[in-house]
Amino acid sequence: MSEARSPLGGAVCQGEGAKVEELPAQGMVTLRGAMGDIADAVTAAIGLSMPSQREIVIAGDKAVAWMSPDELLLLMPHAEVQACLTTLSERLDGTHHLAVDVSDARAVFRISGAGAREVLARLCPADLSPAAFGPGELRRTRLAQVPAAFWIDEAGAFRLICFRSVARYAFDVLCGAARGAPVGFFPESDAV
Amino acid sequence: MLTLKCPYCGILCDETELAAGGEAHVKRAGPGSSDEAFEAYLFDRENPMGVHFERWRHAHGCGKWFLAARDTVTMEVFGTYKAQTTEPPEEIVAAIRARRPEWEGRA
Amino acid sequence: MSFRLDQGGRLIDRNAPLGFTFDTEPMQGLSGDTLASALLANGQTLVNRSYKYHRPRGIVASGAEEPNALVGLGQGARFEPDQRATTTELFNGLTAMSQNAWPSLGFDMLAVNQWVSSMMPAGFYYKTFIWPRPFWKRVYEPLIREAAASGLPPKEPDADTYEHFYAHVDVLVVGGGIAGLQAALTAGRSGARVLLIEQTPHWGGRAPVDGVEIGGQPADAWIAASLSELRGMDNVTLRARCMGAGVYDHGFALGYERVSDHTPGDGRPRHRLWKIRAGHIVTATGAIERPLSFAGNDVPGVMLASAVRDYVVNYDVAPGRRTVVVTNNDDAYRTALALIDAGLEVPLVVDPRERNDGPLARECARRGVQVETGAAVMKVKGRQRVEGVMLCRANGTGGAGALLDCDCVAMSGGWSPVVHLWSHCGGKLQWSEENAHFYPDASRAPTGADGEPFVSTAGAASGFLRSGDVLTDAASKGAAAAGAEAGEDPPAATDLEEVPMQPVWVMPAQALPELQSKMFLDFQNDVKVSDVRLAAQEGYESVELAKRYTTLGMANDQGKLSNINGLAILAKTRNESIPQVGTTTFRPPYQPISFGSIAGEARGETFQPLRRTPMYDWHEEQGAYMEPVGQWRRPYCYPKQGESHADAVSREVMATRGSVGLLDASTLGKIVVKGPDAGRFLDMLYTNKMSSLKPGRCRYGLMCNENGFLMDDGVVARLDEDTFLCHTTSGGADHVHGWMEDWLQCEWWDWKVYTANLTEQYGQIAVVGPNARAVLEKLGGLDVSKEALPFMGWVEGELAGFPVRVYRISFSGELSFEIAVPAGQARALWDKVLEAGREVGITPYGTEALHVMRAEKGFIMIGDETDGTVIPQDLGLDWAISKKKDDYLGKRAQERSHMSRPDRWKLVGIETLDGSVLPDGAYAVGEGVNANGQRVTVGRVTSTYRSPMLDRGIAMGLVERGSERMGEVLKLATTDGRMIEAKIVEPVFYDPEGEKQDV
Repeated sequence: MSEARSPLGGAVCQGEGAKVEELPAQGMVTLRGAMGDIADAVTAAIGLSMPSQREIVIAGDKAVAWMSPDELLLLMPHAEVQACLTTLSERLDGTHHLAVDVSDARAVFRISGAGAREVLARLCPADLSPAAFGPGELRRTRLAQVPAAFWIDEAGAFRLICFRSVARYAFDVLCGAARGAPVGFFPESDAV
Repeated sequence: MLTLKCPYCGILCDETELAAGGEAHVKRAGPGSSDEAFEAYLFDRENPMGVHFERWRHAHGCGKWFLAARDTVTMEVFGTYKAQTTEPPEEIVAAIRARRPEWEGRA
Repeated sequence: MSFRLDQGGRLIDRNAPLGFTFDTEPMQGLSGDTLASALLANGQTLVNRSYKYHRPRGIVASGAEEPNALVGLGQGARFEPDQRATTTELFNGLTAMSQNAWPSLGFDMLAVNQWVSSMMPAGFYYKTFIWPRPFWKRVYEPLIREAAASGLPPKEPDADTYEHFYAHVDVLVVGGGIAGLQAALTAGRSGARVLLIEQTPHWGGRAPVDGVEIGGQPADAWIAASLSELRGMDNVTLRARCMGAGVYDHGFALGYERVSDHTPGDGRPRHRLWKIRAGHIVTATGAIERPLSFAGNDVPGVMLASAVRDYVVNYDVAPGRRTVVVTNNDDAYRTALALIDAGLEVPLVVDPRERNDGPLARECARRGVQVETGAAVMKVKGRQRVEGVMLCRANGTGGAGALLDCDCVAMSGGWSPVVHLWSHCGGKLQWSEENAHFYPDASRAPTGADGEPFVSTAGAASGFLRSGDVLTDAASKGAAAAGAEAGEDPPAATDLEEVPMQPVWVMPAQALPELQSKMFLDFQNDVKVSDVRLAAQEGYESVELAKRYTTLGMANDQGKLSNINGLAILAKTRNESIPQVGTTTFRPPYQPISFGSIAGEARGETFQPLRRTPMYDWHEEQGAYMEPVGQWRRPYCYPKQGESHADAVSREVMATRGSVGLLDASTLGKIVVKGPDAGRFLDMLYTNKMSSLKPGRCRYGLMCNENGFLMDDGVVARLDEDTFLCHTTSGGADHVHGWMEDWLQCEWWDWKVYTANLTEQYGQIAVVGPNARAVLEKLGGLDVSKEALPFMGWVEGELAGFPVRVYRISFSGELSFEIAVPAGQARALWDKVLEAGREVGITPYGTEALHVMRAEKGFIMIGDETDGTVIPQDLGLDWAISKKKDDYLGKRAQERSHMSRPDRWKLVGIETLDGSVLPDGAYAVGEGVNANGQRVTVGRVTSTYRSPMLDRGIAMGLVERGSERMGEVLKLATTDGRMIEAKIVEPVFYDPEGEKQDV
């Protein structure tokens, strides 16, 4: 078995107000099921409480994100995915659910710096103002022409995921946006 | 450029986050159905000027299909609701009647 | 001669001179100038030629409404045509070129058009160039295009960048004049999130130029204080150089910010297109002055009175030394006063009203300006420049009148509110008899998602032309927009009282036709009063028809100056009132915006998402020739040095069939379907039965839409009792996944099934050919013997240490293994497979070799053999359609009588008699003609290749009753008119017994 390679091998670009980095392979599990049915198994598998609508619960290198009324995304170190799947499968034996390893299906980016919100606001129709979007929420939306999701990590930077095949496209548009001159639309004090 | 609230994830979606899916509440006619019923299923659509029910998928989002009641002329949205129903829910019908007393109901 | 005066100029910095060129002539302007003010300062009155008659044209206005002063700006990769000089900020090194004139602006050959203008009235093109018919395309159209061409297109790719920005606000205020500032202040004070945008670089609008006093102080002081307060609010964003371009449904608006037009090449984006969602939009867009229609009103030097005032007050530029003011309202008297203040001559104010004893007229008289009421300008003297005006009685026919020398005419026909943004999304208008203009009918506002109005107007845009009313209106609209109580009253704004204006649509009122044919309505498109009259007489009475027939308002100023004047003429000709005639439709954008800003980041490499497989870099390193498959890029073939694509494809096929080939199949769709009802669900989705598939086994399946037409195909593997993995076509994964979710969510929502699209999770590597097993055995770790992994089976395990799932499926007819491996390890495994296969000459092959091999085997390809009108039965795929199932998607449709007609076109193989390769899409022709008189067709080629194995052309096609006509010879037409003879054969050309794949 070889090391899982991230799609862009850790590409980085630095703009005037923001930095865009591709992060190493991230363990991810898609879990579908009725929220009530799967809550205990999730806690057992990853040690975190269930997120409510649009929430992401983060603790250290693990997180659970609400993706839709019957879908969660579990994040963990790459090496822990198999153990997580095993726990889920044991706990959910007899419960209608779907748990699959999707660690390799996506690219993960980190967007940090005072201009991070503006980077995303150039590409996503979502309201990026601090009043509308803050830590603890996951937003699935459109990044230019591809689907993406983002949240704010514990260090206050944005994490963004998109499908692996469009990693280069996403990186390119993110970098283009990061290189843009500051817009100055969001109050400065709220920069992440 | 409409905005519609996804009843599943609660987001007020931009139209560019959605995929349109045509008229809602079309009843499927399968094997054994008459030619007329099947024609109606495949081809007959209301296409009204005014109150209309339609299907939308939150494609760049939670991926769920939902239904919307909308005025095709003024773009007024009377409400959105989950797709797991064969008829518009009562509160949607009430919301339409409150705004469009002359509405004669679904054909 | 410089027309720059020696004192004043609100917006210029005398200590900052800027050099620029116009038609290569070096000129000098000042920081703060627009290109228009700088040209005027240099005495450049003539700036353009009109579209049709190539008449000399000068600057008319000082802002967005300018119809004439369009220039080509910049050079090379920064060249852009049709840029308005009046809205172009001057910068050092600016280069501007006049347009639409040849060989030069001063001497234009096509100016002969104006001498024959009486032969070129409205509809001239439609009437003249209709005959003889063939001349249109070859002669008339090219000539007209050449003659009518305005700006030239840029030749080089745009050097600049552009971006979008999505902003969500409670209140968007468009327009930064005193109304916009007041509305933003009131809304901002309530705490609402406010975005205030202004198209020019300056705040305050006209008020400072018009001498308005606010709260007892000059307007400038109030503007500065208001800006300071707004800038101090965290909840307010101000943006100058940002035009409100359009208003759309549900509070969507476009803001067009010209970030670096005035500082080109400074690294910032050139334009930023703001995509704004606003709870409420206040348009404080002001008003535009109307020209007057008198003969020769298009001669350079005839300008809007407000523009003359702007140039003098803002830029300290004299548009002329001796200016005659002609006006039907009091506002233009301010221009006379401003000119006198600047030490310039105003020999006369011509006013068609019978008397005027208002304060502005009195002030003029006091300052020694002569005012002649009841008078009119009969015509303007001069060709390339105003030399004088002939005067006459206002209500006469324009008999011989007195001549008055002057070099500038300042005209005013009244003011029209800028209602564009109000109207974009359906706001209605009403007519004001008092001001002779259309203004917003607040009771019929555009409505939003909640059915309530979401646009309001403030100030002059509402129809208020006095500054006191403007501020009061703006304060209340700003508060209402923010959903707040009206706050404290705005300060009182005062200006001099005005006596009522008097509508004047033609000057003089009874002007004879000869004069009417010299009165220009649309300066850019050369539409005259006589043209609109003629259009109406010829039956083009509807305003929309008259517009298109005459091209009134169709130039790139979109009739900002000409619309109302044209409507008035149309109304008079029809003997109706102006509101009865109505306006044409206002459509976004308010002013042209750049294509670059619309594209934003979607250009070059990021024009659209390009999907790459995990092995993409390897393909590129090998010099693969790539082809698009949906948004994927896949290797078409891997040509070696000096090898043609056709040769490469042949080599790849031969190597694969001879030993072993390697294909990157990662793009295949992979959707997992799981749940107690998964089998039942797939039985509905596929035409054949999937629920009977045994775990560990694979089955080929067809998916149809409810029309019965074949939509997608692929191999389904049963992973365990309640889990299936569905492979889809490369282009079809997202669609099929959406299709599955549609049925699960909207029709069978009580079925217990979950799906997940795992297309991107796995790289997929196909190892194909007689030596395929040997390669996998060499990789080691997995028993891939015929017994352990039979044809149409799959196993899971480790191959060379990689976690894999191996499917024994074949799209080539060869022994074939498709290896799925997590995408992050796919490239490493690919390298390992290449290494393991080296000794048996493993050969990577591309999509074309894949196509050739599948065609040799008679396997269909979605999109080749199908086109959205083909049912599986047409393709001889009846074996893949379950007869036992009561229902599946498409079944009912396939029972329609048309679908079971015996004469449907059926899939067959087609072999040319001479062994040549048939052209793709060639039609087989029958005897006789159809109802349209066209040759009857009886079939068409759907796939055609040269088969390297058979060394001849092979093809598949759909032929009428084809399956019953084996051995028959068809005639196929080529595009160059030849006929090729070809025989109908079975579609399987190679290894018909299928012995090779099952070894």
